[in-house]
Amino acid sequence: MVQINLPQNSKVEKGKFFKDKTGSKNIRKVNIYRWDPSTGENPRIDTYEVDMDNCPSKVLDLLNKIKNEIDPSIAYRRSCAHGVCGSCAMNMDGKNGLACTKPHSEIKGDINIYPLPHLKVLKDLIGDLSTLYKQYESVEPWLKTTSKTEKENIQSKEDRAKLDGLYECIMCACCSTSCPSYWWNGDKYLGPAVLLQAYRWIIDSRDEDRKERLKKVADELKLYRCHTIMNCTNACPKGLNPAKAIASIKKMLATS
Amino acid sequence: MKSYKIIDHEYDVVVLGAGGSGLRAAVGLSEAGLKTACVSKVFPTRSHTSAAQGGISAALGNMGEDDWRWHMYDTVKGADWLGDQDCIEYLCKEAPRAVLELEKYGVPFSRTEDGKIYQRPFGGMTKNYGNEPVQRTCAAADRTGHAILHTLYGQALKHKTEFFIEYFALDLLMKDGQCKGLIAWNLNDGTIHRFRSHITIIATGGYGKVYYSATSAHTCTGDGNAMVLRAGLPLQDMEFVQFHPTGIYGHGTLISEGVRGEGGYLVNSKGERFMERYAPKAKDLASRDVVSRSIAVEINEGRGVGNEKDHVHLHLNHLDPKVIEERLPGISESSRLFANVDVTKEPIPVVPTVHYNMGGIPTNYKAEVLTLNGSEKTVPGLMAIGEAACVSVHGANRLGSNSLIDLVVFGRAAAKRAAELIKPGTPHEEISQSETDKCLERFDRLRNASGTNNTADLRLAMQKTMQSKCAVFRTEKTLKEGVNEIRKPYEGMDDLSVKDKSLIFNTDLVETLEFDNLIRQAITTMDSAYHRKESRGAHAREDFPKRNDEKFMQHTLSWCDGKKTKIDYRPVHRSTLSNDVQYFPPQERVY
Repeated sequence: MVQINLPQNSKVEKGKFFKDKTGSKNIRKVNIYRWDPSTGENPRIDTYEVDMDNCPSKVLDLLNKIKNEIDPSIAYRRSCAHGVCGSCAMNMDGKNGLACTKPHSEIKGDINIYPLPHLKVLKDLIGDLSTLYKQYESVEPWLKTTSKTEKENIQSKEDRAKLDGLYECIMCACCSTSCPSYWWNGDKYLGPAVLLQAYRWIIDSRDEDRKERLKKVADELKLYRCHTIMNCTNACPKGLNPAKAIASIKKMLATS
Repeated sequence: MKSYKIIDHEYDVVVLGAGGSGLRAAVGLSEAGLKTACVSKVFPTRSHTSAAQGGISAALGNMGEDDWRWHMYDTVKGADWLGDQDCIEYLCKEAPRAVLELEKYGVPFSRTEDGKIYQRPFGGMTKNYGNEPVQRTCAAADRTGHAILHTLYGQALKHKTEFFIEYFALDLLMKDGQCKGLIAWNLNDGTIHRFRSHITIIATGGYGKVYYSATSAHTCTGDGNAMVLRAGLPLQDMEFVQFHPTGIYGHGTLISEGVRGEGGYLVNSKGERFMERYAPKAKDLASRDVVSRSIAVEINEGRGVGNEKDHVHLHLNHLDPKVIEERLPGISESSRLFANVDVTKEPIPVVPTVHYNMGGIPTNYKAEVLTLNGSEKTVPGLMAIGEAACVSVHGANRLGSNSLIDLVVFGRAAAKRAAELIKPGTPHEEISQSETDKCLERFDRLRNASGTNNTADLRLAMQKTMQSKCAVFRTEKTLKEGVNEIRKPYEGMDDLSVKDKSLIFNTDLVETLEFDNLIRQAITTMDSAYHRKESRGAHAREDFPKRNDEKFMQHTLSWCDGKKTKIDYRPVHRSTLSNDVQYFPPQERVY
């Protein structure tokens, strides 16, 4: 068997240890992936001892506490803090999710926090989502219609209901970065997040471009790299089902 | 500042911010053939527009008779007569078209039985000049902002808008009182970018984060407002901060007014529907300042719920679970996640929470920025839209669902006005290097700060001061204390510490620059509040409980240079834009 090693500069090393200074009896250890592109050093795992008696319930609260009180240099994205903007997607305790909705009490033992998997890391917990955004653009996420009516397009309640479970997507990328097919073929396979969005426009009764839209995704790599592993649906912090959306696209193609 | 690599760009227009108003402006500018850059510190769909829940107001009349004049009256009254009625007329008249345009862009609005856009009742929205409630607020379930933001981003992609994403704007480039562009720091690679433009449109949103408890996102730091202050221009009506009646107790997460629109109601510890006492006609659907004050009084008089008797309950457990599932799915999720409450069975614990800034960069209805120089003057090359702007359509208190419509109506107006003012491809003037040097000197000083005060500690001190001294009810005493106390965190910057010295995604420095922006707005807010010795809309002075139209039918203008402020006033516009509607003279405001 050939021994395959990681390149030297990608080995994750043991980092700094930040011992508790509050004297709290209720301490948890938080291990955080750190990498700063400007130092030329390898990534490392820093460990923080955190006083849990004075920490609100979510992983984002924990990160904010570390940044505000222990180590301001740690970098992560965050904004709305209630699960609608999709900024703080990361890997916590081995699972992708939003730090702002994930209770740290659900994590047993040390709390391990990493960036979303298989993305190029820009710094610490910040991953590069530019490929996913380009793929999103490629499905042309806007309504295509030739209607010239002054009034609104009419859409029945039933047709509108078909968009439920799709339009709520916050593009956090938890699903795509949990998908093994996307890990291996992320440059060509559109991945669950973008395919869910593609389906949101395909199924919109107001859109007149359904055939073209279907044709565009009907591709060995763009669509059929989905092997129904279902990690996407497991990972979605909004309870959406990208796997079902992908299956619906496949079904429409098979029956059209 | 030779050590910083500067990359130059030239555009007809630069839009700063990619929320609802920035994106709508960018779409209109691209349509008009203007070379447009849209610069944002976050990816567009992360903007705080995504958090808007209940809906967007427009007198479509899909669910009963409606008229834009009624909408205008409600907005004037909601604003407690501090709004400029020419601008309000423009907003309400343009609103129906703006919503229909959004529908055509693809916004997944909820629907009526006959397939039209669904509209729900909302606070302060009435029929026939203040009579019974009207259904005017167009909704995509309770995720309207999210739906609009994502749709507008799609439209911007369709129009091939050039985005500069995760660029943090530092300062405006000014020359002889005109705006010539801006300077931004690219977080992705640490480079500095100088954008020259004929018009710069500020769409950076509100500054809710000056308070400790706010529904606002971490990123709501009013960066554009602070850039305007540093450019020597004033902000307007900063004392008017809206407390939303229903933020989740202890966490601050927004619970949409749509809950009360769909039939939800507030109760105190005695189980009373107390809003009946404060607003006999509108009850739970009175405007937000009224409901927030009522809750504060209930709590102050000992009728709050919980161990500390410091909040109230919002009931919707009497509603049909099907209605909740179809129209209020988002707040069901938020209540479960942040209050551990099943809304079909239990009430939600809520408390008034900072939510919106009526104040901001003064503009006219064409989105052109105003300053005071003897009389009202426009600032060439500078526009502002959205929550960053103070048009002023919301006056002393904004009605729920009037903010989303503000974004798209004035986003479009800005693009239209820019297209009138600029010939595409006009060459750019030279600007002196000293503007760039001044901007980078501040940047470099903060980056290399190696004192003892952490940004987080200074920010906390500012937030606690705003929360306790500039709250729902204000007095001479609290405000006077506040005016002194709020300057301390500013002084703390003299001995500031920034640990991370790098340039790529240095979020330590980002938060420091954001704090530098916030504290200037906190100071102007406190000083403006101190000087307004009356009660109007969201500004409630216990020592001056009445509105004083003789003295204060005026917009406050505040300049801020470091911790020094200058306060002046300009009269509220007392005329309409056209003869389609009459001016609504001030009346007593009862709901």
